[in-house]
Amino acid sequence: MRELALHILDIAENSISAGASQIEISIDEDLQEDFLNILIKDNGKGMSPETLENITDPFVTSRTTRKVGLGIPFFKAAAEACEGALVIESQMGVGTAVQVSFKHSHIDRMPLGDISGTLLSLIIGTPEVNWIYKHTVNDNQFIFDDQPIKDALDGLSLCEPEVMKFIREMLQEGIHALYKSQSQPIISEV
Amino acid sequence: MPTVKSLDDLKKIREEALKKQQLKETSGKTDVIVGMGTVGIAAGARETLKAILDMIESDNLSDIIVRQTGNIGLDSFEPIVQVVLPGQEKVTYGKVNPEMAKRIMKEHVLAGKIIEEYRIEG
Repeated sequence: MRELALHILDIAENSISAGASQIEISIDEDLQEDFLNILIKDNGKGMSPETLENITDPFVTSRTTRKVGLGIPFFKAAAEACEGALVIESQMGVGTAVQVSFKHSHIDRMPLGDISGTLLSLIIGTPEVNWIYKHTVNDNQFIFDDQPIKDALDGLSLCEPEVMKFIREMLQEGIHALYKSQSQPIISEV
Repeated sequence: MPTVKSLDDLKKIREEALKKQQLKETSGKTDVIVGMGTVGIAAGARETLKAILDMIESDNLSDIIVRQTGNIGLDSFEPIVQVVLPGQEKVTYGKVNPEMAKRIMKEHVLAGKIIEEYRIEG
């Protein structure tokens, strides 16, 4: 996987598999302090201390269809290659938080990639989850919570073409605005 | 605080969509399922799913439910797409790239014709 956005998708899939009803994805970029931090936090079933200890081992997975889980070890290796780290905190019955940090300017740091594509896949493909996205670039911030959208739709499917277009444009415009240099910080919230 | 889009816009969209739905006879919804396990993602499943979403948007297709699921257990055939037409059996397609996904949408989802050459046992 050559995009951070694909790794984020993979970790979020773990949260879905853990039965989470709310999943928060945060990206925090600071060019002065030179970091890019990612947090994926869920309220799923959590992991036992034993599983947690072994989770970055490529030969551990909760899945029964195949024995090898490579998502987290790959992501961890990518972070560590960029003077960063991957830390997981988890509590049974409470949830799991995966924190990943990178040195922003590191030559080996893969690009963020198509994050709006990742978010759209998750939001449309798993409507039963409440998705929250927070993205900060220096002083600019974009916050997206799909709950008000679902409330306004009142049962209408997210797969309806006009609804999908609305969500896609909202994400793309919100994220795009983060990277424009502004005299005043942009804070948009949905 | 500049907001790009408002929820009022969404309420208008909802009213329009409900009007359209009332005009047509409902024959049920078609499920399109994309496998999104680690192997699927690495094999390009997000791009396959995006091609399906793009087509729904560009061709204004209603009554299709796109879902994603975890590992389907057929790693060597990822990305995997499954189609369930109303009242019919699930059909599984393997190694589905975005172009193939568009053809599956056109021929199977919209016209009801299974594409045997893409089909795998699933």
